[in-house]
Amino acid sequence: MASSNSLMDSLFQRSLEDLIKGLRLGESTFISRSLEEIRREIKLTDLSTKSVALQKLSYLAALHGVDMTWAAFHAVEVVSSSRFAHKRIGYHAIAQSFSDQTPVMLLITNQLRKDLNSSNEHEVSLALECLARIGTDDLARDLTSEVFTLLGSSKALVRKKAIGVVLRVFDKYPDAVKVCFKRLVENLESSDPQLLSAVVGVFCELTAKDPRSYLPLAPEFYKILVDSRNNWVLIKVLKIFAKLASIEPRLAKKVADPVCEHMRKQNVGKSLLFECIRTVFSSLSNQEVALKLAVVKIREFLMDDDPNLKYLGLHALSIVAPKHLWAVLENKEAVVKAMSDEDPNVKLEALHLLMAMVNEDNVTEISRILMNYALKSDPLFCNEIIGSILVACSRDSYEIIVDFDWYVSLLGEMARVPHCQRGKEIEHQLIDIGTRVKDAKLELVRVSRALLIDPALLGNQFLHPILSAAAWASGEYVEFSKSPYEIAEALLQPRTCLLPDSIRAIYIYSAFKVLVFSLGAYFSSQEPTSSPLAQESTSSGPSMVNGFTYNSISSLVNMIELGLCSLSGTIDVEVQERAKNVLGFIGMIKHEIAEKATSQNSETEAHRAIAFMEDVFSEELGPVSSTAQEKVPLPEGLDLNENLEGLQEICREVLEPMAESDYSSDKVSFSVAKLRIRDQEEASSSLPPPLESSSLLAEHRKRHGLYYLSSQKSDDHNDRDGNDNNTSNEYPPANEISVDSFKPKKKISKPRPVVVKLDEGDEPKRKPDASSSNDESLSRAIQTALMGKGKGKEKEKEKERVKENHEMNVDTENIEQSSRREKKNKKNGERSGKRSSRRQRGKEASVTKPVEVPDLLL
Amino acid sequence: RSEKRTQKALEGKMGIRFILMVNKQGQTRLAQYYEWLTLEQRRALEGEIVRKCLARNDQQCSFVEHRNYKIVYRRYASLFFMVGVDDDENELAILEFIHLLVETMDKHFGNVCELDIMFHLEKAHFMLEEMVMNGCIVETSKANILSPIQLMDKAH
Repeated sequence: MASSNSLMDSLFQRSLEDLIKGLRLGESTFISRSLEEIRREIKLTDLSTKSVALQKLSYLAALHGVDMTWAAFHAVEVVSSSRFAHKRIGYHAIAQSFSDQTPVMLLITNQLRKDLNSSNEHEVSLALECLARIGTDDLARDLTSEVFTLLGSSKALVRKKAIGVVLRVFDKYPDAVKVCFKRLVENLESSDPQLLSAVVGVFCELTAKDPRSYLPLAPEFYKILVDSRNNWVLIKVLKIFAKLASIEPRLAKKVADPVCEHMRKQNVGKSLLFECIRTVFSSLSNQEVALKLAVVKIREFLMDDDPNLKYLGLHALSIVAPKHLWAVLENKEAVVKAMSDEDPNVKLEALHLLMAMVNEDNVTEISRILMNYALKSDPLFCNEIIGSILVACSRDSYEIIVDFDWYVSLLGEMARVPHCQRGKEIEHQLIDIGTRVKDAKLELVRVSRALLIDPALLGNQFLHPILSAAAWASGEYVEFSKSPYEIAEALLQPRTCLLPDSIRAIYIYSAFKVLVFSLGAYFSSQEPTSSPLAQESTSSGPSMVNGFTYNSISSLVNMIELGLCSLSGTIDVEVQERAKNVLGFIGMIKHEIAEKATSQNSETEAHRAIAFMEDVFSEELGPVSSTAQEKVPLPEGLDLNENLEGLQEICREVLEPMAESDYSSDKVSFSVAKLRIRDQEEASSSLPPPLESSSLLAEHRKRHGLYYLSSQKSDDHNDRDGNDNNTSNEYPPANEISVDSFKPKKKISKPRPVVVKLDEGDEPKRKPDASSSNDESLSRAIQTALMGKGKGKEKEKEKERVKENHEMNVDTENIEQSSRREKKNKKNGERSGKRSSRRQRGKEASVTKPVEVPDLLL
Repeated sequence: RSEKRTQKALEGKMGIRFILMVNKQGQTRLAQYYEWLTLEQRRALEGEIVRKCLARNDQQCSFVEHRNYKIVYRRYASLFFMVGVDDDENELAILEFIHLLVETMDKHFGNVCELDIMFHLEKAHFMLEEMVMNGCIVETSKANILSPIQLMDKAH
């Protein structure tokens, strides 16, 4: 029964062509039917049927996502066939589907070895290609000697493929270097352009991973650079030199001339020209002649209509921008033009280049122009623009910003851009500036007020983080506000129901701070003698209204009470609790507001309560370094590990999202969410009293007084003036970037406000990546291979000698092995004599040739 | 953005990472990978890249960034040729490589079209195997690429 079935299957097996035709007509059911057929056919013993089945399966796997790993063993069977057609199908299937996890991988070692030793060069090349795709550590190790032999093959096709496989073998089995490296280098001197192309390609990849090891080969590469006429080869060699020259500056000088020669040629191919330019920009940028020539040539790219060339031109400029900004400035018209290009990729490159040109003097103007572009652009590009501005301006603690009032209002403006989705970063920066730049608080409060009172913004979920920051700032720095009542009203407007509960909670808390501040001002303004509280409240807020009347304070309190009453029953516990807290507080002091109008008693319960709350909020919150916690000395007798596992659970949700966010973890570990915990802790006074933290700040100031600018009074004064200027100025409507944007302007007279920075920096330390042990052993192997060739340093002579001996031993081993094989191959007409003599010559040449690069090239 | 690039560790970077031929309807006609990816990863990758390239028009440049690859692509008639390379690769050279591939297939099939590739996929694979090994371009002469294939056809 089974045999007749198999006969049927064999006779009527659908070929690959049938399969493809069938696929064109119908899809998934056809595939599953075909798969069933294939499963049956592939188990048959007849190799032809099996291989056709395998062929069909490979096709389905490649193009229709069918899994073929189950057929691994059958692939091995097919490959063992003596028919070339079968081998081809088998190897193709193996190359496509085998991986490190394939269990039958071991079975093909011998097959590969057999085919690598075959006299049929096509079989050899099949095996080499397969090895290149799937080579594992074991395979590489076991087949190194075969590869070594083939590297010296007389047949160019085979040799070329052997060169191609070397990369994989070296990668998986670094010891192969000892055996094969010399042959590889020999091929560098080959006159056959085919081989040269392959060899140079291999060295290009090797050098990219580990340039230092290949430095001794620079003379060979140099010869190729000067002599070759093949663009592919030249491009690879240029890449090699780009890597080598960046670690060996003397090479840069030597290589600059030939590179310029290539650039100056009449009909140089664009790809070669581009590679030359890129090499100059990345590694030879200190060679003046080459650099100037490259900049001239890149201009041609920028002016070309071909979008590819335009894009690549901009891209190349961004490589050279950090060190040689003049190259970018020279081409600024092209960059500006590219900002309105049709191609979003081109626009993006132009944007990055523009940001590279930004400095202290032109940041306002460039931001202005970029914001205009943003308003006119699609959402994607708009957010790219906003993102770039945010990154550039906040770099190094806002190094580039001189006028913080302008910057804070720009942040507010960004919130009004319709497509803005950068809420989180804007939120972070608003708060960050609030804590670091004392003099910006006034503007911050002004901008926050504008954002808070606008009901339209509440509907845009992307803006909620910004509103959260605005709310926090308004509450924290309420003393700078012109009308606390307005703020409180905005914070409690009905439309805030659109906010997520977490932000709502912040709103409520800020309203509370406003309330406390107002009450404090009210109660203290009635006292004839100047109390410390009164002094504080009047000196810190230059634009504060003169106290509160009974009417105004009671309307404030009533308004807050009314606004919060509805919230005292919400589902969210946070919102509910805060609302109830505030309501409770109001309840406690409400009756005394009316009394205050009559009595002068400052010892009332209400008075004390308000004074206490004011005290809680009076301490200034500054930026916290990410390493601050580690610096706190452990008090004696405190065991940190006890009883904190439970806390870990709660804290994880708060701490982990910040660690993952792109921006905030890099800088200050400060966000509104964390602030909530802090506030609550403060309120319950479980932390050490505020006195300690202020003394720490004073200490910091004492130690690092150098970094604090003096005279805050003059800053305040100028601040007020500066503020007036900003509000009355119309922003110039310019849409074009004029030449003037890039000329250095006169310095503004207003001094830059103090920006608190932390001495140990805000970036968490990045751990260096551990390099893989494979790479290290490969480098070592290469280095010893090259060192063993010629003279080394005195100290290493002995090591070398030992290594040399070892190499010689290996070589003699190989010579023995291959001479044995030679005898075998002689029957097949291999020209073994030539091979061994070439090998001898190679060895001699390598021993006598000195390794020192500098001597040869300089 | 350059920071993002350098941060992504390109382990074992090998020039060309994959070569795809996809038609305008999004059907893959050839997929050659030079690094190991699972089936799901391949399908996801192909889908995303095809979408990106199909969304572009002829006035835009032939280079697209996707994750840590650069995709160099060009459309010939109904077929998109897409090559995924690492950051270091010369984009113009890859464009020339694509053109070389097309010319080679044209020489072999005579006025190559999508159907030729569909029904003779293995031939296309052989050509690619002659041209690229381990992600490096090892052969750029049409004659050298085609001669082994022609020899093999004659012999069998």
